[in-house]
Amino acid sequence: MIAIPRISLRAFAVWRRNFLVWKKLAIPSLLGNLADPMIYLFGLGYGLGGLLPQIDGVSYIAFLAAGTVCASTMNAASFEALYSAFSRMHVQRTWEAIMNAPVTLEDVMAGELLWAAAKATLSGTAILVVIAVLGLVASPLALWALPVIFLTGLAFAALGLIVTALAPSYDFFMYYFTLFITPMVLLCGVFFPANQLPPLVQAVAAWLPLTHAVALVRPLLFGEIPAGIAGHIAALLAVAATAFWIALTLIRRRLLK
Amino acid sequence: MSPLRVAALRKSYDGREVVAGLNFELQRGECYGLLGPNGAGKTTTLRCCLGLTAPDSGEITLVGEPVPARAREARMKIGVVPQFDNLDPDFTAAENLIVYGRYFGMKDAAIRPKIGELLEFAGLAGKEDANIRTLSGGMKRRLTLARALVNDPELLLLDEPTTGLDPQARHLIWERLKRLQAQGKTILLTTHFMDEAERLCQRLAIIDDGKMVAEGAPRALIHQQIEPQVVEVYGEDAPGWAAREAQAYSRRVEVSGETAFCYVEDAAPLLAHLAAWPALRTLHRPANLEDVFLKLTGRELRD
Repeated sequence: MIAIPRISLRAFAVWRRNFLVWKKLAIPSLLGNLADPMIYLFGLGYGLGGLLPQIDGVSYIAFLAAGTVCASTMNAASFEALYSAFSRMHVQRTWEAIMNAPVTLEDVMAGELLWAAAKATLSGTAILVVIAVLGLVASPLALWALPVIFLTGLAFAALGLIVTALAPSYDFFMYYFTLFITPMVLLCGVFFPANQLPPLVQAVAAWLPLTHAVALVRPLLFGEIPAGIAGHIAALLAVAATAFWIALTLIRRRLLK
Repeated sequence: MSPLRVAALRKSYDGREVVAGLNFELQRGECYGLLGPNGAGKTTTLRCCLGLTAPDSGEITLVGEPVPARAREARMKIGVVPQFDNLDPDFTAAENLIVYGRYFGMKDAAIRPKIGELLEFAGLAGKEDANIRTLSGGMKRRLTLARALVNDPELLLLDEPTTGLDPQARHLIWERLKRLQAQGKTILLTTHFMDEAERLCQRLAIIDDGKMVAEGAPRALIHQQIEPQVVEVYGEDAPGWAAREAQAYSRRVEVSGETAFCYVEDAAPLLAHLAAWPALRTLHRPANLEDVFLKLTGRELRD
């Protein structure tokens, strides 16, 4: 059965609920989100980067910085849409409580999607700020990375909600990270240019959402206008919209039967 | 206008009919009980009434709105106390109320002035800043009741509101529900505690296998459905005694383990007979709602 999504402004009340929880632990949460990518960035960027020639005309650490922004955004959105959303749906039964009020499941899902995207934006932006301070950003054109970060957050939040809709328990999420998120980090040009890979792998990687995020963010940080902007944005939008629709259908089947 | 009207409601899961043609109608200001063993269809019925599950057929009108078509609008005027606690563990008691009020589109400025009053009603005065994790089971239940009142609902739906509570906590909940009724609120309650139903409900329905098997006021149901007196006979010999002797003195006999339940119009002849059986212990009491329930739904376990 295909029902028309009934999304209303009540989705914002769901968003605010999550924001209020986050606010209580904002500083540790932000530092936690920063620590892991920074360790990779400095460790690999200076350690490994010292052994490497320039890549695409920039230092390795500058190359890696752009990839790190995208990968962290992806991770933050995924964690929120998987572990945190699953806690609220299944363990705490928070969604159930919300749906006893005049809020639909579609509102709840829209609130969760926007919240996970917002949190991912915060995470990506924090890293952007740090690398800008380090002088790894070429020009104010980098500010255009912000909407791309948000869009990347939306796409991965929507994908994550599909997995949450199917998950019997937290253990299930390991499959998603091992089979989808980790390969994406290696195939989509975060650590090295994707054209180093065999053509067949490159062809697969071209379909992965992180590839499109990296293709937009990296030139922007280098002070260039990305090639094929419309195609990359359309790809991320399509992933976000399709994944959200699938997640809604699955969650409806799970909770409203 | 009835706060809730349910007509010919049906709902199946995987070919099994969980609700099989249910009809009932609440009157404004009453407390109406849905009684039934586990799996009788009580919770499914409530979910259908809230628009959280689409019925296979039937009509539901909740506070004047057709459900599920306009369930969201209907839920504006409903308060729900679910079977399992789902308070927000990350928030204080006051934050739970504020955040919940926002789901009704209420402004914080409209909710804040009500918090003290709501907590006081729930017996939680001064607990504004209490962490949910520090509250006892009874306190959580009462806070859930307070949360259900944040939108000043016309109708309260309570799904087994006292399951898992100690007697003190149950009595406090009962007293608060009576107060709400005195304020003019209508209450729909599911329970499998007969004393709770007998105490609180003006009318109740006993449902089993998704069908209504009896409906009426508790006293009237006892009067209509069952003999007025019960003699319970205990002891090792009770089943054997019941098989040989009980029928002659009772209108109906049920044996469960080592207890025989003898349902009688007049207990005197049976009690006189039992005086000759000193090994058997007896308890003579008036019939109650539990007797009606067990007669109508049977004594087998429902899991």
